[in-house]
Amino acid sequence: MLAFMIRRIIQSIIVMFVVALISFLLFRFVGDPVNQMVGIETTPEQREALRDKLGLNDPVIMQFFGFIKGAAQFDFGVSYQFKRPVAQMIAERAPATLELSLMSAIFALLVGIPMGVYTGLKRNSILSKFFLTVSLVGISLPTFLIGILLIYIFAVQLQVLPSFGRGEVVDIGFWSTGLLTVSGLKALILPSITLGLFQMTLIMRLVRAEMLEVMRTDYIKFARARGLSRTAINFGHALKNTLVPVITITGLQLGSVIAFAIITETVFSWPGMGLLFLHSVQNVDIPIMAAYLMLIGFLFVMINLIVDLLYVAVDPRIRVSGVSQ
Amino acid sequence: MEDKNIKEETNWFARAIDSDIFYSFTRSKLVMVAAFVTFAYFFIALFAPILATQNPFDLGSLDLMDGLTPPAWQEGGSSKFLIGTDDQGRDLLSAIMYGSRISLAVGFTSVFCAALLGISLGLISGYFGGFIDTLIMRIADIQLTFPSILIALLIDGTVSALFPEVRREDSAFWVLVLAISLSFWVQYARTVRSSVLVEKEREYVQAAKLIGLRPFIIMLRHVLPNVLGPVLVIATINLALAIITEATLSFLGVGIPVTQPSLGTLIRIGQDFLFSGEWWITIFPGVALAIIVLSVNLVGDWLRDALNPKLR
Amino acid sequence: MSEPLLKIKDLIVEFPTRRALLRAVDKVSFEIAKGEVLGVVGESGAGKSLTGAAIIGLLEPPGRIAGGEIYFDGQRIDNLADEQMRHLRGKRIAMIFQDPLTSLNPLYRVGEQLIETIQTHLPMNKKQARKRAIELLDEVGIPAPETRIDGYPHQFSGGMRQRVVIALVLAGEPDLIIADEPTTALDVSIQAQIISVLKRLCSERGTAIMLITHDMGVIAEIADRMAVMYSGQIVEIGKTYDLIKNPKHPYTKGLMGSIPSMSGEVKRLVQIPGSMPRLNDIPSGCSFHPRCSKVFEPCYSKRSPQIKVGQSDVACWLYSEEDKK
Repeated sequence: MLAFMIRRIIQSIIVMFVVALISFLLFRFVGDPVNQMVGIETTPEQREALRDKLGLNDPVIMQFFGFIKGAAQFDFGVSYQFKRPVAQMIAERAPATLELSLMSAIFALLVGIPMGVYTGLKRNSILSKFFLTVSLVGISLPTFLIGILLIYIFAVQLQVLPSFGRGEVVDIGFWSTGLLTVSGLKALILPSITLGLFQMTLIMRLVRAEMLEVMRTDYIKFARARGLSRTAINFGHALKNTLVPVITITGLQLGSVIAFAIITETVFSWPGMGLLFLHSVQNVDIPIMAAYLMLIGFLFVMINLIVDLLYVAVDPRIRVSGVSQ
Repeated sequence: MEDKNIKEETNWFARAIDSDIFYSFTRSKLVMVAAFVTFAYFFIALFAPILATQNPFDLGSLDLMDGLTPPAWQEGGSSKFLIGTDDQGRDLLSAIMYGSRISLAVGFTSVFCAALLGISLGLISGYFGGFIDTLIMRIADIQLTFPSILIALLIDGTVSALFPEVRREDSAFWVLVLAISLSFWVQYARTVRSSVLVEKEREYVQAAKLIGLRPFIIMLRHVLPNVLGPVLVIATINLALAIITEATLSFLGVGIPVTQPSLGTLIRIGQDFLFSGEWWITIFPGVALAIIVLSVNLVGDWLRDALNPKLR
Repeated sequence: MSEPLLKIKDLIVEFPTRRALLRAVDKVSFEIAKGEVLGVVGESGAGKSLTGAAIIGLLEPPGRIAGGEIYFDGQRIDNLADEQMRHLRGKRIAMIFQDPLTSLNPLYRVGEQLIETIQTHLPMNKKQARKRAIELLDEVGIPAPETRIDGYPHQFSGGMRQRVVIALVLAGEPDLIIADEPTTALDVSIQAQIISVLKRLCSERGTAIMLITHDMGVIAEIADRMAVMYSGQIVEIGKTYDLIKNPKHPYTKGLMGSIPSMSGEVKRLVQIPGSMPRLNDIPSGCSFHPRCSKVFEPCYSKRSPQIKVGQSDVACWLYSEEDKK
């Protein structure tokens, strides 16, 4: 058990290291940082001085360690475009993205799991077929299109929900939240659904597939042969066994939710990290790109670790053997 | 029943035509419609220059005076532009035909590249094992944790930073193909690798080694037919994903530029006009995109179920 | 013999496939008395397991009972609603499946599964049920049941798991246990132990067993009577001793001839040529005729009825009255 966790943590560190390396290579070698930072009229001497100051003349390996050291202290340099510290810019925008991601994940789980259980158990009912068709449409519609359609219906035609921004936000320390005001909550509805719909259909299909798989297993057959009630079998024995993969996928998806937030934030002009990243890609603002990559990498690694811990909590086999399937 | 195992060794393709696949195809009306729609799209995309009334990429032929014409059945509509025009005066129907052409071209090319890359790496990884295997599979693991859209955005950003002098119109297509195929290869590699690992242990491979034949070539002949089914399924589902990814990148403004709009670009253009009532610029390309992706997904879904009897 | 515990008359089990309607069990009739052990032998695919599944009402769709009647304790059960059948399952009729490794839900403690089953069938509170569970584990020969009860299935060996399965089956105190190849998946050395545990506990309680197996040794050891199935039909049924010492049907003879004798007489093992027909390709007349060495005229066209020969019932034209003359 302990060995298992240690191994996972070491793996995570390796992944982080690779992500840092990529970020660094991006940061250091893609485009010339100096060119980006100075005007055309700067003399070569001034440029050279700046290079020295930025440490660009040090050995690359030293620069890499400097980069990691900086990253560990949330120092990702200064945005080329805005001339402001990148860490500060990201910190300002993180709450917006995290609240959006959280709400959409909750939406996806609360709707996806019951629908999955239902369609798994009642394979041939009309409602199941309806759910499955809807889920296929949900997977086929690109996120941005769903967002636009929702805007068109609820903001343009019905005019009941806002189409952009976070509404009123309240600052709690460094965290600005939209969860405490009516307009903030209203502003969250459409973006959360947009972002969560894809995950919801994914979770639903996954739970359904797992349910179908589990219902075929010998232990369910044996549970039925023992005369256990339908409820005990379906919601006890079967659902618990489907949860392991659901936890994994949901956890891993939480990462993509944050990444997919880029699209949702663009559609709804949501002032989050994703929009910042997109603008940095469009304007080749490398420090922001590198920092965002590091941040997402870190989030993924943390989520993976948490998923592993949850795994252990659900599946006793891992507790002893320390091996996941 | 045990009679299923008897023919296990026969070529799956011959079996497929003979029985279950074809049967389940003719049984599901929805899949037949989806397949028909998919092929209709291929046809329209292929012959867009002949079918379209206008070349929407030829900026000279566009007349700004035609801009924002509503669909023909609405007030102010013109029979010249059946479903209206965008702000530049492009006939939307023609633009959708040409846009689908780009979407499908990007989709097919990147799926092909991804499959080629993935199969090669999977073969190498499975056959040689050891350090190469570990390296490739670790990269795959790491990459799999990052969503494809993020990887595509990073690659796009990197390319435009590395080659600032290249015009977007020229590079966009290949940047998209590169970005999408680099983010999709992992699934192929894993499938092929696991198949190789199984085949490698078979007696004939060992025997071939003993008598000094090149086991790799012999194995290829067994591995490739085995993975053909799964690869086809992955490819179909990836095609839908690739089309979505292309549209998304274009919508985000890092894909196909506005001078040669793809479906995603058209939707991006249209979003600005949604509030002023010009809904058609967004909705029609959106519907076109949704239909093609849905059709390909339906075919892919069915293919997966048909090739995997366990799920039925 | 008084009223039989289980009476099956002309049972037919069919599988509709898109090409043909496959008849996997074809007009099978037999009886099991209270406390009796009936062994059912035959090659895999002969319809043994399906007969068992049909009795307990757990045929996997699309398989279905297409004809015949099943009486349990005088009550007809083949047409019961699923909910009524559920009350019989585990309580009156129980079933043991082949693989003890997969029959237990991996995510639940052994005790939880036992207590759940006990409480489903017997009016006990949790404490009483737990006490009963420990007694059961003790009875099936699990050492230190007070501590083992809180173990997870993966912490038990294969043989121990099958003992847990037997405890689970006995939990509802059934009158009939259908044991479908209960030892096939186990080590040979453990098979005998499991069988003797099963035999002992059932004879103590007066529980009848329908033991499905292809292991003649097991049958010889514990079965009072045995039935031989071939291609969905019972070709011979009678006292175990009679069938082993004096088999009548050519297939039974072949079956007995293929068992190596322990008594030391060196005899060449007899092999039955060919293999059992597939369900979609059952020969006309007696389905054994293509492999039978004694095949003659009537075998080609018509299936023989059950003919009383000594104490056994044999479905073979060789014993037909008019032919004997």
